[in-house]
Amino acid sequence: MVKKIAEGSHAVAEVVRLLNPDVLAMYPITPSTHIPERLSDFESDGELDGTIIRVDSEFSAMSALVGASATGVRTYTATSSQGLALMHEVLFVASAMRLPIVITVVNRALSAPLNIFNDWQDSISERDSGWIQMYGEDSQEVADLMVQAYRIAEDKRVLLPVMVCMDGFFLSHTYDVIDVPEDLKGFVPPYKPEHAYLDPKRPQTQGAWAMQEPYFELRKELEEAVGAALPVIKEVHDEFAKVFGRSYGGGAIDVYGEGDTVVVSMGSVCTNLKVLADRLGFQVVRVRCYRPFPAEDVKKALEGKKAVAVFEKDVAYGTGHGALYNDVRACTTGKAVNFIVGLGGLDVPINALEKMCGEIDAMNDGETRWQR
Amino acid sequence: MSSEVISSGHSACAGCGEIIGERMVLEALGKDVIVCQATGCMEITTTPYPRTAFKVPWLHVTFENAASAASGIVEADRKLGRNTTVVAIGGDGGMMDIGVRALSGVMERGHDLMLVVTDNEAYMNTGIQRSSGTPKYAATTTTPAGSVVPGKREWKKSISRIAIAHGIPYVATASIGFPEDLVAKVKKAQGIKGPKLLHIYTPCPVGWGYDSSKTVYYAKKIVETGLWPLYEIENGKLTISQRPTFAPLEEYFTGQKRYKHIKPEHIKEVSERVKAGWKELEKQEKAGVDLMLLP
Amino acid sequence: MVGGVVTKVGSLDSNKTGSWRSFRPVIDREKCIGCGLCKKFCPDVCIEIKDKKAEVDYDYCKGCLICKSVCPVQAISSEEEEK
Repeated sequence: MVKKIAEGSHAVAEVVRLLNPDVLAMYPITPSTHIPERLSDFESDGELDGTIIRVDSEFSAMSALVGASATGVRTYTATSSQGLALMHEVLFVASAMRLPIVITVVNRALSAPLNIFNDWQDSISERDSGWIQMYGEDSQEVADLMVQAYRIAEDKRVLLPVMVCMDGFFLSHTYDVIDVPEDLKGFVPPYKPEHAYLDPKRPQTQGAWAMQEPYFELRKELEEAVGAALPVIKEVHDEFAKVFGRSYGGGAIDVYGEGDTVVVSMGSVCTNLKVLADRLGFQVVRVRCYRPFPAEDVKKALEGKKAVAVFEKDVAYGTGHGALYNDVRACTTGKAVNFIVGLGGLDVPINALEKMCGEIDAMNDGETRWQR
Repeated sequence: MSSEVISSGHSACAGCGEIIGERMVLEALGKDVIVCQATGCMEITTTPYPRTAFKVPWLHVTFENAASAASGIVEADRKLGRNTTVVAIGGDGGMMDIGVRALSGVMERGHDLMLVVTDNEAYMNTGIQRSSGTPKYAATTTTPAGSVVPGKREWKKSISRIAIAHGIPYVATASIGFPEDLVAKVKKAQGIKGPKLLHIYTPCPVGWGYDSSKTVYYAKKIVETGLWPLYEIENGKLTISQRPTFAPLEEYFTGQKRYKHIKPEHIKEVSERVKAGWKELEKQEKAGVDLMLLP
Repeated sequence: MVGGVVTKVGSLDSNKTGSWRSFRPVIDREKCIGCGLCKKFCPDVCIEIKDKKAEVDYDYCKGCLICKSVCPVQAISSEEEEK
């Protein structure tokens, strides 16, 4: 392992190169673009084995990956915001067809108005697509999640696509000291599918349509599969910690500090929340795995606590809250409050976070504050 | 009973021209093939889970992405060390309208793919709505012939011309009424590396409102009238496959409910278009090169 | 199957579409020259040429009568199905 100063996007690209996907589809969109640019550098220097398809749109990116994965090879793409939204239709196909595609979502706000900066509305809006969603706190964790993601996706007990989410600009465009593994120590074995392949020697039909009953059953199976991925996600996290020496709590959630009040959030904002947790004496529960939602872990973490405050960069429009709050709300009968922060990349400085944490006691159960 | 590639028992309508075209193409390609099918009649009539009519590897993803999904298939196939013939196939809606971006993308990128458009000139699967492949004056459920508007107002789009503008090595038109010509073109295309596009005319008895036994009649007749030219463009060189006899257009329009309202002045207008179109085609055949080399 | 994959290829032949038929093509074996044109155009893949004569599989034939219309020697007639 070599520690080096690297941009978040470049660290992801380096790890993807090691993971050796056979087919990569690429379409530029800010702020995900540094990843395909760096992978293209590797290709031009003969350091990338996989074939890059420079597609005509994100819709075609996801479509090409579905075609490639259905044929039986490992695939990759990165995208953001409108790009992920354009993939929407195909995302549901990929998960239901149980194709272990892995993508990096560099989180960015959705239009309108057009805004290129970070929030989570893009990936949060795909939370019901049947994909596994993991959120990294820093670029090191995002790079490590990429390795874990392929292991999880291709595990015979899972066979689902995975989105690894990283905060746009805050992580994708900033430099950090990162351990980029030089080899993966056999952690991710080659992908050899037994369920889905397009091979003239073993013909099969993929993507058949279904009447009400088989449709209902296949959709139920998908929900069961997403749920059943949770123990595998934890297992892979633990094994990764053993092999690479880096651990992120328990895999599904990362619990930090002690206190009667719990602050729940995801992604890079948690780093400042952890600093405040030490200063103010509360606990941080960082959701690492958002889908499947680790409800039992969250319930356990919130048991007997005085209050929970959910900080998030997304809105579940029409519910009065963010999506993460609604998931956390279902895990506790105690007091829960919600802060909507950082939409469209609005800065969330540590002093603002500190002020918000100071307001929790005075807030009513169920209250949401939009913190500018 | 069944062929090597597709079984009986599919639920295509009696007299379906599109499934004749699909079978002719796949039988010509042989078994070392992977098929990527756009949403449409050919998908819905063949693959009701948990059964399938297909005997070759077959994938359906969505309506508008058969070509881009096929580009992923072919690149994966090559990474696996194989050289399988990969074919993306869809109707006029899936390939000429909603899937035209994907189609353009794969042609521009040069994937080693067969692109097949089985054209029945409307969205038949959803109930005969107008597409860019619907010919002028044809009535559909979204361009009905009324007291003021005589069916579709626009001319049919030329997907072959769009294809050749990408500089791809092979583009051809065919009709199921001329199976030898169709099969020869499929086989020739299969032997060419890179993207190749076949635009196949496949009549639809239900959508056009004619007796189901007349599918082959109309597939032949349109070629005889000159309204559907059979040609191929190989490396930019246009060759006409068959000269029409310029049979009267009435012989083609008659018996199709979609043209029931058509008036002599409409037929005259179409007829003039056919004449002008053939003049252009023959000019291009003589000139020798029809490859868009500069933007 | 995982992901709705279908491995029993050609299994749709369990769907007997012959019940759709209103008219039945009848082949006159005397006239039939076994040219195979009817087989080539049959949308339902249900005509075989056996001993140089066309045979219709009525389990699948939907009665479109394309075969009748393309037969070069008028060897195919049609009869209304009794319902």
